[in-house]
Amino acid sequence: MKKNLLNAYEEKTHFYGRIWSIAAALFIIAYPFVCMILYGAKLQGEIFLAGIGVVAMYWAVSVVETFTYSPMLGAGGMYLGFVTGNLSNLKVPCALNCMEQANVKSGTEEGEVISTISTAVSSIVTTLIIVIGVVAIAALTPILENPALKPAFDQILPALFGAMAVVYISKNWKISVLPCVLMLIVFIVSSFLNAGNPNYSPNSLVGIMVPVGVIVTIFSSRMMYKKGWLGDKES
Amino acid sequence: MEFNINSPVLYGIVGVIILFVLAQSVFFLVRSYKHGVEIGMDKKTLNKTILRSAVFTVAPAIAILVGIVALSQKLGVPLPWLRLSVIGSLSYEMVASGIVEAITSVDTYVTIALVMTVGMTVSMFLPSIIGKKIQTGMVSMKHKDPKWSELFMTALFMGMISAFLGYVFGDVADGAQGFIPVCVFFTSAVAMALCGLLLKVTKWKWINDYALPVSMVVGMISAIPFSAWLC
Repeated sequence: MKKNLLNAYEEKTHFYGRIWSIAAALFIIAYPFVCMILYGAKLQGEIFLAGIGVVAMYWAVSVVETFTYSPMLGAGGMYLGFVTGNLSNLKVPCALNCMEQANVKSGTEEGEVISTISTAVSSIVTTLIIVIGVVAIAALTPILENPALKPAFDQILPALFGAMAVVYISKNWKISVLPCVLMLIVFIVSSFLNAGNPNYSPNSLVGIMVPVGVIVTIFSSRMMYKKGWLGDKES
Repeated sequence: MEFNINSPVLYGIVGVIILFVLAQSVFFLVRSYKHGVEIGMDKKTLNKTILRSAVFTVAPAIAILVGIVALSQKLGVPLPWLRLSVIGSLSYEMVASGIVEAITSVDTYVTIALVMTVGMTVSMFLPSIIGKKIQTGMVSMKHKDPKWSELFMTALFMGMISAFLGYVFGDVADGAQGFIPVCVFFTSAVAMALCGLLLKVTKWKWINDYALPVSMVVGMISAIPFSAWLC
């Protein structure tokens, strides 16, 4: 018989996580259908098919995100994070920062607790800020859409990852070198290859490059680990 | 019933869905807090995590709100409110809503809403299908080789960070304007390094709690003069 590696808390987290996530998914999926029933609306086949062609890429991105972010977030954080969204620009960095500050490792029981708390709080705070914003949208629109402030809101990802990169690269410089150099080359080359192309955006490329970066880092780390460059291999 | 992209009925439906997801967050927050106490974690650490997460979230949440305002001009408020409060991300919703020029009828509205929903179905269900297997695999790896398991987690983080490091250079061929993200990235990095230095010199531990959100905001604010200079 296969040995159960998860403890009772982890088992229950998956049980509750699945129930909550599937129920939430059904609520979210219901929205367009409820609108159809309420307003007697019909699906526009042509637009729908065109749309599916555009969003199909996101199915692949979602598969990759599930494999990449789930181990980082742990079970509770994963179920919450994938329902509440905004993973790479908010939930994952927030959980990583909180684990770092609390001095706990991802993949441990303490890491699971900290990651879940941070993801939950981040979701609650985001929801509340958005509710306030939606209620006061008329008053806030001129401020939020002020051309002087726009560049600040456009640059949230560089601002976030600049600060995070200092912490992680300085602590793990040996395993950072190869993926960082590779990603710099990929993005700079693709920028020049796509210069003037209105359909090109680094936003869409980064979704594909996160798993590539992860695979390269895991592979190179494994090689360095086997060679004993990252500390001794435990038996 | 007469359709309006900002109908109170749509606000009501979205409100119910968001309330449900909020309840999920509260459920997991309470459960994990209790478990943290049970396994002997210091309540101070858990409370600080709540504070850190809340502070960290403010700036990105306002950026998400900006996204809702931008999308609301085309789609009304309720649909972007739903999509960006739960499940979605701004870049995806922008792409999905870009399929049509404008919402001309309720048929177009529900079609766009369905396209947005269909695009995220994998994210909604896949973690429930394979999440347990992934965690079991991680635990198994930890039992076999704890050192490698720790390195594996670090490699995951570094893979993600390296991709976003490359991302900030993704527009450099566009001339001076393409260097704005690069300047913001390095400003934020320098701010973080200075926070670290200040912590080392002064031993003020509270700096640690706010270093990342403060550096992020410094980086975001720096985008304003950099844009004025480089655009």
